[in-house]
Amino acid sequence: MFPFNFEWIWDMGHTVFMGGLWYALTIIGIGMTYCIIKAAIDASKKNGEHHH
Amino acid sequence: MDSALIPKGVKRCPLWQFLLFIGAVGIVLLWGVYAMLLCWFKGLNQTNMNDYYGFALWIWADLAVIAVGGGAFFTGLLRYIFGKDELKNIINYAVLIGFICYSSALLILAIDIGQPLRGWFIFWHANVHSMLTEVAFCLSCYFGVLTIEYLPLVLENRQIDKVPFFHHLGHNMHEIMAVFAATGAFLSFFHQGSLGGVAGVLFGRPFAYREGVFIWPWTFFLFTWSAAACGPCFTILVTKITEKVTRKKLVKDNAIELLAKISGWMILTYIIAKTVDTWYWATVTAPSKGFTLMEFYSNNALYGIWILVAEILICGYIPAFILITKKGRKNPLGVWIAIILAVIGVCLNRWVMVLQVMAVPVMTFDHWALYYPSWQEVATTILPVAYGVILIAISYRYLPVFPNEAEMNPIEPLPEEAAAIEPSMAPEQELTPAEA
Repeated sequence: MFPFNFEWIWDMGHTVFMGGLWYALTIIGIGMTYCIIKAAIDASKKNGEHHH
Repeated sequence: MDSALIPKGVKRCPLWQFLLFIGAVGIVLLWGVYAMLLCWFKGLNQTNMNDYYGFALWIWADLAVIAVGGGAFFTGLLRYIFGKDELKNIINYAVLIGFICYSSALLILAIDIGQPLRGWFIFWHANVHSMLTEVAFCLSCYFGVLTIEYLPLVLENRQIDKVPFFHHLGHNMHEIMAVFAATGAFLSFFHQGSLGGVAGVLFGRPFAYREGVFIWPWTFFLFTWSAAACGPCFTILVTKITEKVTRKKLVKDNAIELLAKISGWMILTYIIAKTVDTWYWATVTAPSKGFTLMEFYSNNALYGIWILVAEILICGYIPAFILITKKGRKNPLGVWIAIILAVIGVCLNRWVMVLQVMAVPVMTFDHWALYYPSWQEVATTILPVAYGVILIAISYRYLPVFPNEAEMNPIEPLPEEAAAIEPSMAPEQELTPAEA
């Protein structure tokens, strides 16, 4: 649920529950994005070294 | 045939033997899948749930696998946050067991909700006043974390690791694993707790109701505590069963002993807290609602006072005292008894907090309502066990789950190989083993 959904209410319950969910998902998402991008860069560097 | 996929330096059974084993367990799995499809296509009338039992065998199984799967978050916390390096030899297996437990819990929930296509409603139309919403959020997110923790192990497969991208991805994930482990511990703390909180806030059911602090009843903390205490025992139990089946030593004793010692102290502190909680509930909370202790444990065929004695004394204090003493931890039989009792204890606790709660009469005109699961419920509860055995077998065969396995179980050369290298060994044969 997001604040733009019709059933959203700006109260403590919605803010804490949904905020907690987004917080956890953001950490997991950023962590995995970092790993995937860095792996792609590392792999391309390795390939580049092989070509030279 | 599949030798290229098997980790280097370890020995596995022939492929036909492996497939035979998977096939045998697969039959049980298919039985469960059949029952699952019956529940989905015909509905929850396939179960023996009724107006008394909205929560039944599935919810007990759910709470039990989540509790014993707690070994993953607690071992991860000890390894990555508190820096207990000895546990690096068992952390892979703890993660695998946790992954199986949590995926099983989600599978059981998917069957239990009756209409899995509407499973996403709990996220989109969340009821923020329900502790079960928090459970659904944390359970799903933590399953994501466990997948992330399990993935590097999959990427370490000999053939997958040859692909540079996957090799680097696994390496990078290892590097920031502490972040994921900390997130997992945070999520676990809340969903384990909220599962206990669900029972504790049932003010209409004095058998379950507990006082607490702020919005959290004491059962919130007891559930988290018991999962952290008994989860590692389940990890040790499955490890020991795997060692028996494979007839190999897979994890060094120092890792097992450290985990057993920490688990023992956690169980002792938990069971003292549980005793105090039970005492206060029996002498203050329940009487304030018009009940005496023995009314919860009499006039029915199943729930006697034995269940309280079994949970707290036999499955609580006994494993705790075995595991906190060095002599107890050094005794293999003692460790077996302790870990089995601890696992039974936490499962018994979940049974009591889910099913006995439903059975106890709360009105003067009411009666004890006992419940027997249908075969479909039993089959779908055994289904995750079969799935777990298969996933463990596949992971053990193709992934380096136990980092010390090759070192602890050196492969003996074949007779023809030994004959080929014999001449070069000849001069050393006169030496003592130490000199050689």
